[in-house]
Amino acid sequence: MSGAVNRTTMQSATLEQSLVLERRARLNRRLIVAGKLLILVILSAVIMGPVLTAFLGSLRTTGQFLSRPFGLPTAGIHWENYTNILTGKAFWTAAQNSLIITVGVATINITLASMMAFAFSRVRFLGRSLLFNILSLGLLFPLVIALLPLFIQLRNLGLTNSLWGVILPLAAFGLPGSVVILRSFFMAVPGELEDASYIDGCTTLGFFRHILLPISRPALTAVVTMQIVVAWNEYFLPLLVLTNDKKWPLPLGIMQFMGQYGWDYAGIMAYVTLLIIPAVIFYIVTEKYIVTGLTGGELKG
Amino acid sequence: MSATNFRVLPRTSSPPRDHTILRRNINKALMLVLLIAPGMILFLTFVLIPVVQSARYSVYDWNGFGQPEDYVGLDNYQRLYEHNVFRTALSNSFKIMLLSLAVQLPIAMTLALLVGRGSLPGRRFFRALLFIPYVFSEVIVAIIWWYVYHPNDGLATTIFSTFGLKPIEWLGDKNVVIYSIFLVLTWKYFGYYMILYMAGLQGVPQDLEEAARVDGANWWQTLTRITLPLMGPTIRLTIYLSVLGSFQQFVIVQTLTRGGNPFNSGHVLATYLYKFGIQRFYMGYGSAVAVVLFLITLIFSLGYQRIVLRQDFAQQDLG
Repeated sequence: MSGAVNRTTMQSATLEQSLVLERRARLNRRLIVAGKLLILVILSAVIMGPVLTAFLGSLRTTGQFLSRPFGLPTAGIHWENYTNILTGKAFWTAAQNSLIITVGVATINITLASMMAFAFSRVRFLGRSLLFNILSLGLLFPLVIALLPLFIQLRNLGLTNSLWGVILPLAAFGLPGSVVILRSFFMAVPGELEDASYIDGCTTLGFFRHILLPISRPALTAVVTMQIVVAWNEYFLPLLVLTNDKKWPLPLGIMQFMGQYGWDYAGIMAYVTLLIIPAVIFYIVTEKYIVTGLTGGELKG
Repeated sequence: MSATNFRVLPRTSSPPRDHTILRRNINKALMLVLLIAPGMILFLTFVLIPVVQSARYSVYDWNGFGQPEDYVGLDNYQRLYEHNVFRTALSNSFKIMLLSLAVQLPIAMTLALLVGRGSLPGRRFFRALLFIPYVFSEVIVAIIWWYVYHPNDGLATTIFSTFGLKPIEWLGDKNVVIYSIFLVLTWKYFGYYMILYMAGLQGVPQDLEEAARVDGANWWQTLTRITLPLMGPTIRLTIYLSVLGSFQQFVIVQTLTRGGNPFNSGHVLATYLYKFGIQRFYMGYGSAVAVVLFLITLIFSLGYQRIVLRQDFAQQDLG
């Protein structure tokens, strides 16, 4: 813009000079963009390399993989790696268990967390900050730390070898994070809205159900998305709690498959691919919410 | 002031008014119980009480069956201290933490600066691509990398031999294994920090950087004097998350090292806890490991919040 203004006011000698400068600046900018892209392409290759290796490996035989770990299926695609897994009962049982665990954790977590976040953000009562601080302490405890006593607790409650023994602790460990996110979102909802709803005859709970929850849908979706990712991927807790392999979710299923067919690299990679595909689709669909969940809604575009 | 003289209802009507206040308070209390109690009970049962129990179990010699009765004082901690594998696990955990701060976060920051703003073609695509390992399950990541590191035939080995480099025993050499693990952790997690930095970058007003440039600052000066200081809160938060996350690593390490191999040199604190506490039914001993792990994160967390994060929280309205 300023260049165009300058050009009309400047004499021809300086005009030429400024054109040269401008061209050089444009070249510089292009070089910078090219350099940035180069770095990104190299890094993307590092990220995608291992994933593609698994994917390509799943389309070939174990022998082909061993002779050349990274290669195209030139000798035809070996779908039997996939059909062997997909026709077996174990895979579908594991998928079903994973689904139950994921739906259970997400439902319980979002229900309890939104109720608590509402009380902690919109209702004044004695001991509010004390209770909230106790809950926030939970942000410090990873599952690993509490695992031993948790296992004993589950045994006392008779929850070992039950999917509830996985669902309830996972939902509980996700509570502090979910409440913290939802609470800050609820607090940002203007108080006028609440007053207006009371004037219109809403009760406190009515305001929560009919006004606050609907307008908080982005935050609720973000929390649910994060819980789904955590529950779907959890490995340690089911390993400890579920002694019966009929109850195992997919992360344990693939480890069991590896134990049984350790020599069948191509089959294992087909299993890996089968687990990666839903994760990628889920990510593409929910990217916005995952990013919101991680950054507390700060990142856009 | 005169408004107080006008009373629609006479003073004598106070008993029924007290009654409605009482009823309203009971209703409010009931509502609070309904809202908070289920979540709090779940949290206490499965999080807080087990964590507190850990501390109690850690002073008993106990196999996990019946009640803990064999009180041994601090013996478990003494044995921990004397076990060289525990010391290896402890130092590995610290190595992962320090490397994360020194390598993972700077890489994430560099990338956030590259793809975080501006009109780079394919910016969103690269952002998604670099972040995607974060949503993969840790087991999957470990299996994929197990084949990358596979001796003789793995991708890493093949690439090394293509360039004529001496092959490395990624998971078999006890001096290398922890760095191989760190590479996998970086691969999976740097995208997470990149996303956080990109969010932080959006809080940096661009006209401020522009002004610095107009005043003759080069890009390095603009970065170190304007951009990074303004991203202070985000940087301090990622350091916090990174340190806590480093000490909590389990699944990737456990799966890649097949339980701390080779020769127990691939342990971190959590895998040590699993192998020597849970798998062998040494519940008291395992609890002592959990307490050590917890104390490290607690002390760090309290200190860090008090000294470093305090200024950031003070800026926000946390009610």
